This record gives sequence, structure tokens and C-alpha cells, in this order.
Amino acid sequence: MGKILMKGNEAIGEAAIRAGCLNYFAYPITPQSEVSEYLSHRMPEAGGVFLQGESEVAVGYMVFGAAACGERVFTTSSSPGISLMSEAISYIAGAQCPAVFVNIMRGGPGLGGILPSQADYFQATKGGGHGDYRLLVMAPASVQEAVEMVMTAFPLAEKYRNPVMILGDGLIGQMMEPVEFPEHLKAEPSNKDDWATNGMDTRKSTKKNIVKSLFLDPVVLNQNNLTLKEKYNRMKREDVMWESYNTDDEYKLLIVSYGTMSRVCKTAVDNMKEEGIEVGMIRPKTLFPFPEKAVFEAASKNSCKMVLSIEMSMGQMVEDVERCIHGKRPVEWYGSCGGDVPTPEEIMDVVKSYL
Amino acid sequence: MGKIFKKPDCLADQVTHYCPGCTHGVAHRLIAEVIDELGIAGKTVGIAPVGCAVMAYNYFTFDFQEAAHGRAPAMATGIKRVRPDLVVFTYQGDGDLASIGMGEIIHAANRGEKFTTIFINNAVYGMTGGQMAPTTMPGQRTTTSPFGRDVEDVGMPIKVAELLSALQTPAYIARQSVIKPKYIVKAKKAIKTAFMYQLERRCFSFVELVSTCPTNWGLTPVEAVIWAEEKLLSYYPTGEYKSPLQAEGGDNAT
Amino acid sequence: MQREVMFAGFGGQGILFSAKILAEAALQEGHEVVWIPSYGPEMRGGTAYCMVVVSDRPIASPIVSNPLHLVAMNRPSLDKFAPVVKPGGVIMINSSLIQIDSGRKDVDEIKVPVTDIANEIGSIKAANIVALGAFVARSRMVDFEILKKCVKDEFLSKEKLIALNMQALESGRLAALNQ
Repeated sequence: MGKILMKGNEAIGEAAIRAGCLNYFAYPITPQSEVSEYLSHRMPEAGGVFLQGESEVAVGYMVFGAAACGERVFTTSSSPGISLMSEAISYIAGAQCPAVFVNIMRGGPGLGGILPSQADYFQATKGGGHGDYRLLVMAPASVQEAVEMVMTAFPLAEKYRNPVMILGDGLIGQMMEPVEFPEHLKAEPSNKDDWATNGMDTRKSTKKNIVKSLFLDPVVLNQNNLTLKEKYNRMKREDVMWESYNTDDEYKLLIVSYGTMSRVCKTAVDNMKEEGIEVGMIRPKTLFPFPEKAVFEAASKNSCKMVLSIEMSMGQMVEDVERCIHGKRPVEWYGSCGGDVPTPEEIMDVVKSYL
Repeated sequence: MGKIFKKPDCLADQVTHYCPGCTHGVAHRLIAEVIDELGIAGKTVGIAPVGCAVMAYNYFTFDFQEAAHGRAPAMATGIKRVRPDLVVFTYQGDGDLASIGMGEIIHAANRGEKFTTIFINNAVYGMTGGQMAPTTMPGQRTTTSPFGRDVEDVGMPIKVAELLSALQTPAYIARQSVIKPKYIVKAKKAIKTAFMYQLERRCFSFVELVSTCPTNWGLTPVEAVIWAEEKLLSYYPTGEYKSPLQAEGGDNAT
Repeated sequence: MQREVMFAGFGGQGILFSAKILAEAALQEGHEVVWIPSYGPEMRGGTAYCMVVVSDRPIASPIVSNPLHLVAMNRPSLDKFAPVVKPGGVIMINSSLIQIDSGRKDVDEIKVPVTDIANEIGSIKAANIVALGAFVARSRMVDFEILKKCVKDEFLSKEKLIALNMQALESGRLAALNQ
């Protein structure tokens, strides 16, 4: 089948179905409501579950309830809605259930705006909810990549029994690009009988399963947190994803950028190359685990004099970039987060000002 | 000679953490008896609240999930929507259900979610140490209403069964009590009816159980029963508030 | 090679829709394509604009400061975007609603009364398709025959509207070629 033209939000909904997820709960919020609109007819057609909950708070727990009984489930929202879901996300991580959350980011804080933003980097990668937990966070830079990341998210969530977040921005949700849905990314069924509350009869067992995040005994709670920590370390070993761009030549400056912003940076890199200016770029595809080694190595190249983190926030990812470069190179930040995506020309001017 | 009285099969062989005189044990037992009688333990999932019953999962022998404060109806919705074949009930206290979780219970009831809620109303927050609840009686002293609940300041106690009955979606809504045997018999019947309606995939079902909390009321268990019967049952009358039979014409009563 | 067109007008003028048909045609021609709407809280009557980027290689930045072409359906759109169009591009002006020129000497400007034409052929709602026909005939951004097929495909579920919209597309084409 050839590629079809689809809006990012609709493609995200279709991708989940193609991956084998037939359960979706959500609450409307711009700029991702098209996912719900699309799935409100597509889910029933595919024999799945669609429900518009009364709030993002409730939706988070509908996802938790479904996930806890071993069913593949996902939701989509945008920044303020993800804040409300963060309570449930913390519980789901604590109780070790797989689930997929899509955040089509808009500007903040507060109501902020509805235009594209990347200002939820901290929320997605450092917590958002309470307690010591992490999400595996993937950041697509195109509609096709959003499709592939959504499809990959379900097996990853099941592998780690942990929520996975797709962190896109308003532009990824709103724009149309040609897409295809790779058959090979359909998620395999996974056995959840050893932990899921799917009913003892379902798993032909007389032993009850309990899904919970309460561990009043400090030794047991500490052990649970160590188990979680080991999972997060395993993510760092096994599932870091990034793209290196123009890093073979001798460049003086390395850009680190992700999502929509990285595409703008790519054009800037290409244009500067035509002018004879070499600029390297690392695009993290997973924000947690962060491609620490890739960024460190690219920054450590002899020709490289500095690193520039370019993001649609007031400087969030830059802290991870600084962290993994260990002071070896100066690190600067450039960005904006009102909703206007910086243009390639703007990025070129900024890069040149440092050279 | 056969045994004429025994612990229900789906009640775990566990000493509970509940205080002396607490009625949670009675409510647990009634639920366990009903689940035994209906033979549904193998397909039942309970949802524990935040509150004194947070560890209810230790006291039953079937699957259990533990919710965040007030969110049990949303979790139950999630389960029933993706696994309609499972039997799901939430077990919630008054702080959990009538305060922080009011939004979730109203919307679950109004969507007609096919699960059962057992609502323990003892007019106080238990686990956190006896603070004022939305169901605390006028003038009742608690650790956050030391001069007695002032209705001018915080309004009147919420009658949840009546409130949910005002919704137009068909449902089974009842209030009973577990403070004395004469009420307990009716409470069990209501709980069984609620589960039956769920098994028939008929409607949302809800049983409020007026209960005691001697510890946080500062009374002995016996005094607590007397106070509950006098003060609570007059404000929270027992009875069947709503039945799906009303919507169905009421001519085929079970 | 990469080419871009900005479609701009009032919300309700079918801006996003005609841009989508163009994007679909470019895809069917085998190109890479991105369709980027402006999106705001307004549902009707506000400004709407939509960029279509077409390229023979993967499109990096979906954000383009200077589009090659502009289809301006109302005056505010012309005021806003005419100054940023690349030299040599097409500026199509809906002269039914816009009484002025773009003021650019380095572009290929055409004025087509697309709203009036749509009215004449039976529905003001088809003005966006008239504009699409005029723009593509002039810019040759996509093959006209493929465009025709795409318009037809879009209306397959509303068969009564196919004839009207095919006529709209053709009227636009003729109006552009007669300039």
C-alpha cells in the first residue's frame, strides 16, 4: 500500500490501532482533539473501546484500570491535560503497569497558548507526578515518525511494565504528511498473567493478583524503588535512540535539538553547509533515556568548540546536554516558546553569531 | 454435624488492621458472602480506596486494584469498558467518594457504568485522623471542626444516595446500615441486588452503608452504635432510592 | 527542488481544504509533501492560512519564512503575506474581494475574481476550487490532470457536487490562462 496523506493527530490514532491497541480513553484539548474525533468512529469500527471521560484526571485512571487488568490502552492529551494526568501516571509507574500517553505539547505555563511548544521536557523526562519514577519518552520529528513511535511504544511499555510517553508538539499533531503503517511494527501479544488483575478464571489460577503502589514498610518501598531504578537503567542500556546529522565532517559547533525544532535546525545546517559552514547535529529520539554518550562523543570531537541546545522552551533540555558533556565544552541555549517556531534563517543567524 | 457458620471462602484468613468496634469488617463480610453465593470470585476485581480500607486487598482472596484518592470509579470504568465480562466493585469511604472523588462517582453513575460501588459513610475521615468529611453532621466535632461543623461556613452534609438518585440515567441506588443485625440483613440484600444488576449488565449499582467510627468519634463501640442510630439514620434514612425497574415500568420486580 | 505555497483567507473560505487537495495531488505525483495549517480558537470568520510544501527530497523544516507562491483570498491575507513571497513566485489575488495589487514587481501576479466566478457557476462555496484551478494553471505546481482527479476523489462521497467542482476548477484554469 502506498503512502497516504494524514494529519499527525489522526495518524497517531490509526497507529495505535495498527499496533494492536483497541482501548482509548481521552478528554478533548487543543491541539490534539482530532485524535479523539478520529477514534470516536474508528475505534468502534475496529471493534475497540472509545470513551470520552469527564476530565483528564479521570481519564488517567481509566487508563490505569484498563492497564492493570492487562489490556493494551492509551490516551492522548496536551500539556495542561498531561498535568492533570500526572497523578495517575505516577500511580501507574509505581504499580508497574504498561500504558501509552501521547502529549501534543502546547505553550505554558498555565493555560499558556495552543501553538506548538516543547516546554514540557522537564515534566516528561524528570517526573511530572510525585515520586521517583521515569517515563520512557520518545519525541517524533515527523508524522511518519510519530506513527512508528506510537507503534513501538506498546511493546516497550510492556517490556518495562512502565508508562511510555510520546512527546510531540502542536505542529506534529496538526500538520499532514504522507504516512504508511509498517506491518512489522504490530505489537505481539504479551503474557500478563503473572501480575495483571484480569480475573483468576481468565488465567486459570486460584492465586489473586494485586495491582498497587502502596508499600508502607520502608524496606519494601525502598526495594520497589530499586526495582524501578533498575528498569530505568535498563532503558539506558537497551533503548536509547538518536539521529546524528552532518557529524562526519569537521564542525566547530554542535546543535542538539529534537522534534519539530530539529527539522528547522536541519534546514539551517544544510543551508550553512552550502555556504561552507559545517555544523553538526544530534537529534535525541528518546529524551529519556537521553543519548548521553552520543552527545558527549559528538561534542568531544577536536574541531568542536561549543554546543548549542535549540528547543522551543526557555532552556530545559540544555540541562541534560550540560550534564552529559561534563564541562568539556561550553553549552549555550537558544529557543522560544510563545508558539512561533523559530525559522531556519533565525537559527543560522544565532549559530553564526557564535562562530 | 455440618458447619452452620463459617468464614466466607473469599474472605482471606487475615487479622484486619481495623479498630475495635469498626464496621468495615461487617461490610467486608457481607460482600464476601454475596460473592461466594453468586460464585463469581474468579471473575471479580475489587478496587480499594484511599482511606481506612486502603488495604482491603489483603482481606479478600480475589484480584484487587488500589486506586488513588477518589479515583476508584474511573478505574472501575476503565476495567469494565475493556473487560465487560469481569465483575467490578469499588469500596469507598465518605472522604474518598463524597469529597475528592465526587466528580468521578457522579460521571460514572451518569454514564451508567456497569459496576457496583459500596460506599461506607461514617461521617468522618478515618485513616487521616478524624477530620471533617462532607458527610459530617451539623455540630459534629472533628479534628478540623473542633467547635462542631458550622453549616453557615461549610454547608450541610451531603446525602450521596439522594444526590445520585437525581440523575436521569437508570441505576440501582440504596442506603442501608451495618450498625445492628436488623439493618445488616437488609444491607446484605441490597449488596446482593447491586451485584445481580451488574451481572445482568443492567445498570450502575450503588449501596451506601451507614457505619460507625468509634475511634474518631471518641465513643465506645456501643455508644457509637447508639449515636449512629439516633443522629445518622435520621439524616441518612435507609431505603431503596432508585431502581432500574422504575425506568423499565416497574412491573417485573425481582 | 522545494516549492511552497501559502493559501490564506477568512475561516470558512475552504482554505485548508483546497490546500489539502493540492498536497494530495503532489503526493500522487510522487513528491514529498507537508501541509501545515494555522490553527486558532476561531471556528469561523477568523483568519485561516495553510502552507503546502512540495519537494523532491525529504522536507526538513516545515516552517518556511518565504513561500514561493501565495493564494490570497482576502485583503488581510494579501497585506500579510505579499511582502514575503519569493521573487519569481505566483501571487494569485481574489479580485472579487481585493481591490488592490500586491505592489510587487518581481512576482507573477494574477487577479482572478474567484468569488464572482463561483457565484456564476452556482455556489459561492466553490470559490476555493476556482482559486485552486487558477493557481495551479499558472504556477504548474502540480500536473493539472492529477489535480482534477484529486478534486473528483475528494467529492466521491458527495457525488452531486462533483460536476460543480470540476466546473469550478476549469473556470479557474481558463480565467488564469486568459490573463
